Amino acid sequence: MIRETIGLILIFVGTAFDFLGVLGLVRLPDVYNRLQAATKCVTFGSAGILCGVFILQGFNTFGFKALLGIAFIFMASPVAAHVIARAAHRSKIALAPGTKTDQYAEDKELR
Amino acid sequence: MTTQTKSRLIVFVLSALVWWALTDIGKIEEALIGVIVAAIVSLLAGKFLLTAEKPGRWLRRLKYALIYFFHFLWEMVKANFHVAYLVIHPMTPIKPGIVRIKTKLTGEIAQTVLANSITLTPGTLTVDIDPQKQLLYIHWIDMKSTALEESTEQIAGRFQNLLLEVFE
Repeated sequence: MIRETIGLILIFVGTAFDFLGVLGLVRLPDVYNRLQAATKCVTFGSAGILCGVFILQGFNTFGFKALLGIAFIFMASPVAAHVIARAAHRSKIALAPGTKTDQYAEDKELR
Repeated sequence: MTTQTKSRLIVFVLSALVWWALTDIGKIEEALIGVIVAAIVSLLAGKFLLTAEKPGRWLRRLKYALIYFFHFLWEMVKANFHVAYLVIHPMTPIKPGIVRIKTKLTGEIAQTVLANSITLTPGTLTVDIDPQKQLLYIHWIDMKSTALEESTEQIAGRFQNLLLEVFE
């Protein structure tokens, strides 16, 4: 009973953060800012959902799959964000108008 | 034992454990196939896990790794509330910019872990990395400074010293 409650709360919190991440994807101005929302909230939200599934299921095959899913999301999500951001910058997608500095572009000019 | 053999052994044990966790542990056939697959994986890709060995003091490094892990989890929770605040706020109060920071870490794995941690913590996203010059380019959603030292302290200071203890 308590286990089910904790699991369901975790799933709920995870879904809420996933929702916020998606909202950020719509609201923030450019690729890079959107990636910030997408990586942080969606990683945490999905990890929360999987953690809830693990608590609901306990130590069986299903639960272990959820745990492994968390580990892989944590490793893959930042790498994906980095690759997308780098590719966007290299193909000269402009930063949002409010952006203050771009030291990366300065350094690439020098190379 | 050479580093390569050690690396292969670790990969073998890890992949066998993953296989057993994913399949029905009771069946002997499943367990045997797991051993065979783990052997194939460790022969093909085993040498890439451990490339250079640092001498001893495993307990100390493990302690710092644990401290780092919990520190990282806490920073990540903070990051999520930070982004949630930015997204919900009607004006989206952001001040983005890309800054460069210089890290003290030299190892490949250490730099990768640092870059990934930076991506998952408040307001920062690693755009690119220059391993030779030890520079990281960070997209900062709420930029506080453009000077190299200060932004390094602000962004990487939280993790750098712990990672130095773990990896070097």
